[in-house]
Amino acid sequence: MRMVMTGNYASAYGAKLARAEVIAAYPITPQTSIVEKLAEFVSTGELKAKFIPVESEHSAMAACIAAQTAGARTYTATSSHGLTLMHEVLIWASGARLPIVMTNVSRAMAPPWSVWVDHMDSVAQRDTGWLQFYCQSNQEVLDTIIMAYKICESGGVMLPAMIIEDAFILSHTSEPVDVPEQEVVDSFLPAYSPELKIEVGKAMGFGSLVKPDQYMEFRYKAMLGMKEAHDRILRVEQEFKHIFAREHGGLLERYRCEDAEAVLVAAGSVAATAKDVVDALRDKGMKVGLARMRTFRPFPQEEIRAIASKVDGMAVLDRSYTFGAAGAMFTEVKASAYSGQKRPIVKNYIAGLGGRDITPKILERIFEDILVFTKRGEESDVEWVDVAGLPRKWR
Amino acid sequence: MAKTTIPEEEFAFPGSTGCPGCGANLVMRYLLKGLGERTIVSIPACCWAVMPGYWPSNCLKVPILYTAFEATGAAISGLRAALDVKGIEDVTVVGFAGDGGTVDIGLQAMSGAAERRTDAIYVMYDNEAYMNTGIQRSGSTPWGAWTTTTPVGNTHDYKHESKKDIMTIMQAHRIPYAATVSPAFPEDFIKKVEKAKKIKGFRFLHALSPCPPGWRTNPKLTIEVARLAVDTRIFPLYEMEQGRVHITRKGKGLPIIDYLKVQGRFQHLTEPEISSMQKAVDDSWIMLLLKESSGT
Repeated sequence: MRMVMTGNYASAYGAKLARAEVIAAYPITPQTSIVEKLAEFVSTGELKAKFIPVESEHSAMAACIAAQTAGARTYTATSSHGLTLMHEVLIWASGARLPIVMTNVSRAMAPPWSVWVDHMDSVAQRDTGWLQFYCQSNQEVLDTIIMAYKICESGGVMLPAMIIEDAFILSHTSEPVDVPEQEVVDSFLPAYSPELKIEVGKAMGFGSLVKPDQYMEFRYKAMLGMKEAHDRILRVEQEFKHIFAREHGGLLERYRCEDAEAVLVAAGSVAATAKDVVDALRDKGMKVGLARMRTFRPFPQEEIRAIASKVDGMAVLDRSYTFGAAGAMFTEVKASAYSGQKRPIVKNYIAGLGGRDITPKILERIFEDILVFTKRGEESDVEWVDVAGLPRKWR
Repeated sequence: MAKTTIPEEEFAFPGSTGCPGCGANLVMRYLLKGLGERTIVSIPACCWAVMPGYWPSNCLKVPILYTAFEATGAAISGLRAALDVKGIEDVTVVGFAGDGGTVDIGLQAMSGAAERRTDAIYVMYDNEAYMNTGIQRSGSTPWGAWTTTTPVGNTHDYKHESKKDIMTIMQAHRIPYAATVSPAFPEDFIKKVEKAKKIKGFRFLHALSPCPPGWRTNPKLTIEVARLAVDTRIFPLYEMEQGRVHITRKGKGLPIIDYLKVQGRFQHLTEPEISSMQKAVDDSWIMLLLKESSGT
C-alpha cells in the first residue's frame, strides 16, 4: 500500500512488518514519533509485542540484549545523546552476537545543544561491532529495517544493525512510501529462531568470564561475522529486489560513476541532493559521479577500491569530524583507495554539522574544487565548508 | 532432631571461585534452594560475575545472563518481556547484584524496573563495599568503616557518611514485597524467598553478605558475624508486604561493639565514635518498631 509518511513512521512500520516482539525505548528528539507509533501499534493490538518504556537509553539497549538472548526479536530507536549513552551496551550487543535492529535518528551532540542532523553520534559508534546503514529516503528506511533483520539473523553474521535516518530531513519529512503487505514480508523474513538462547533446563552462562587464551577467538569470530555481512547484504538485497521490485545500492550505491573523473563519496540524505548536482554538472560536460556510502560498517572496501582504480579524484563529504585527524569516512576511504594500484587524489570536506544545510551550490563547489585539486594539488586535504571566517570560496 | 525446612536439593555446586568464608556463596545457595530450577538469573559486574567460573563452566544449575554493571534492572525487564511474549509464565526471573551495582551505579535501572512493576525478584547481596575490585567504599558501606578509599590514615579518614537505606528506598517504590535476609538464618531466608516467589510484580531481597577479606574477619566467623549483625540490630530481619513492616526476628539487642570488635574494618573507632554509632543503631531500631506498630 502506498502511503505518505515521515522517516520516523517508516521506521515504525518497518519494525511492525518485521514483527518485532520486544521493543524497549526511551524518548529523545527527534526519535520520539517512532516509539509513539510503535506504542500505538502495540496498544491497538496491530503488533503483538511487549513494549518496555525504560528509564534510559542504556536500559533500552540492555533490555533488548536480555530479550534477544531469550529468543525474542527486538527493536529500539534512539538518537544522538541516547546513542552515545548506549555505547557500552552497543559493544555488549555485538559481543553477545545478538542481531538487534535499531534506528538511530542522526543528530548533533552537545554542547552547544542542537537537535539537527549530524553524523557524529553514529560515526562515533563505528567500532562497536554494529552494521551501519545510512539511508537516503524514507522508503529505504522501511526496507532496510526489514532487510537488516534478515541479514543479521543469519548464522554466519549474528551481529546487530543500526539504521540511520538524518534528523528532520528524513525523520520529520513526509514522502510517498510503499508499505508492503504483511504476508509478503513474512515470506521474506521468517520468525527469529536462534541456535542458542537462554532457557531453563540449560544451565549455561551468557557473557561469562573468559581467560586470555579464549577471548581473542570470540572477537575473531565477530570479525568473520562482519566479513560475512558484506556478501549477505548483497544477497539479501537481491532477494528483496526479486520480491519487492526495488533496491537501494548494496554497500556503496554508485551514481553515474562509470566514466567519472571525480567522484563524491557521501552518506545519508545529502546523497539525494548530490545526485541532482551530478546531473546538472554532467549537463555542463563535467565528468562527475556520486558514490553513496550506504554502509559504513561493514566498510565497502572493495567497492571503494574499484572506484579509486578508475578516477582521478575522490571528494569525501563527512557530516562529522574526528578531532585531531580528519573526517572518519575520509580516512577510511583514503586508506581503501590507497591500497589499490592506482592512487587518486582524495580530499575531505567537512560540511553540514549541526543541521547546517548542504545546498546544491555547496556541492557544486566541492565538485569544482576536487577537479581543480586533482590537477593542481593544494596545501590542505581537509576542507571545512560553509563556516564563518573561512575564505570566501567556502562561504 | 527436628526436620529442617531447608530444601535438600542443591542448585549451587562446588567450583565457585568465591573466597573462603564468602557470605555471597551462601546467599546464592539459599536463594536457589527457595526458587528451584525454573529460574533465570541475571548478574551484573560484581563478585558473582566471576564466581560461577570461567566460560564454559557454571557452578549453578540455572542459566545466567551476565550484564553490564548498571543494567540489572533493565536486563530482568528484557528477560521477563521475552518470556511473556513467548507465553512462558512459570519461570522466575532474578536480578542478582551487589550493593554497588544496586544502590550506586545500578540504582536507576533497578528503580525503573520497580516502577514498571516488572515481574521479577531483585536480590542485593550486600557486602558493604566494592569487594570484587578490592574493597572500595560504596553507598552501602556503613558509617565508620575502613575501606581502601576510606583508608583512615593519620587523618581518621574512615567513611563519614551513613549507609544508604535501600529498604526505605524500596518501600517508597510501593513494591508488593521486600525483605531482609541473612545467611545466618537460613530458615527465615528461605521462607521469605518462597513467599516472594509466589507474589507477582517486583520483589526485593536485601541479603547481608559478610566478606572476610573486605571486613577483615576470620573466614570461619562468617555465620557468627552475620548472626551478630542481626542480634545487635545493625541488620534487623524484617519484611514489607505492600509496604507494611513485619519484623521476623527481633534479635537479642546485644551492644554493637560485639559486632564491631570481630571486624578489622572498625578497629580504628574510638569509644565516643562507637557510642554515637550505637545511638544511630538504636534510633533506627526504634524507627523500625514504630513502622511495624503503625502499620506502615
